[in-house]
Amino acid sequence: MSDNSQIDSQGAVAVQAGWQHIVDDWSADKQVFHVPWGKAMMWIFLVSDTFIFTCFLTGYMTVRMSTTVPWPIPSEVFALFIGGVNIPLVLIAIMTFILITSSGTMAMAVNFAYRRDRVKTGVLMLVTAAFGVSFVGMQAFEWTKLIVEEGVRPWGNPMGAAQFGSSFFMITGFHGLHVSIGVIYLTIVALKVLRGDYDRKGNYEIVEIAGLYWHFVDLVWVFIFAFFYLW
Amino acid sequence: MEHADAQQHPISIYLKIWILLFVLSTFSYMVDYLEFHGYLRWFLIILFMLLKAGFIVAIFMHMKWERLALMYTILLPPLCLLVLIGLMAIEGDYTFLLRAMFFGQESVAPFEH
Repeated sequence: MSDNSQIDSQGAVAVQAGWQHIVDDWSADKQVFHVPWGKAMMWIFLVSDTFIFTCFLTGYMTVRMSTTVPWPIPSEVFALFIGGVNIPLVLIAIMTFILITSSGTMAMAVNFAYRRDRVKTGVLMLVTAAFGVSFVGMQAFEWTKLIVEEGVRPWGNPMGAAQFGSSFFMITGFHGLHVSIGVIYLTIVALKVLRGDYDRKGNYEIVEIAGLYWHFVDLVWVFIFAFFYLW
Repeated sequence: MEHADAQQHPISIYLKIWILLFVLSTFSYMVDYLEFHGYLRWFLIILFMLLKAGFIVAIFMHMKWERLALMYTILLPPLCLLVLIGLMAIEGDYTFLLRAMFFGQESVAPFEH
């Protein structure tokens, strides 16, 4: 792209300019974001998704603050009985570490994509997807335990405030759906990488775009972990 | 493409951030495990959360290396959400007060722990 090379030569000047730089980008009567269009659109989508998840978490905050019945204590609800002791939140902690690890492997995949390393990129993406599958698997285990053993339902539960179930299933369910879609997305892109599609096209942009989505899933989990499980 | 080549960073930076995220997650978990309560708990939870979110967006999602026009377009709109959160926190408090008044204190007391 001739457009990009021109921008890159201006880059050094623009960085020191700050606000002037922003005004130049927006008022130049040409492409504003000097990134591939797919990447810009993925960012815009992620902003809209941020709004959706924030609405869920805000709704959860509102019902939790306004209920007169005590909220079930997450640290106890999500404890697991391992080796004769009750360890609080242990499954959630493992899920957190798995998701962070998958973000790490995804970041490496993106890095190898810049280097046009077909095999390493594809394999690291498949590893990322595998971590994603194990995350969803653990979530299925967590849901099953909560529904079957603890008797949590969207309309009530034996431990306290009725809103616990609906908030929990809605928020973690929507996040789990994102992870599942991400796994499918990453697997498709990884197979295309390994098949050499992007070598023929001459660009690996799609790997970075898929990476943005995956990191966002991890990002949302950071907030869910803090506000749902640690509150 | 020139753009793609401009985004090359050493692998070590990803490994460092990865380890850092692990450490911060462990800290968050310890907040619960060591049973911190009150303002200290909230302060630590939100501190670790924001640090983790910041590192993921800045390094893993490469925001640190993007141009300012993209950075502001993506990062400023979510700040509006703080207004929503603030309003709903006030609303939640108000609803709680109304419920305590109309349903009576007895519905609150037996569950106190």
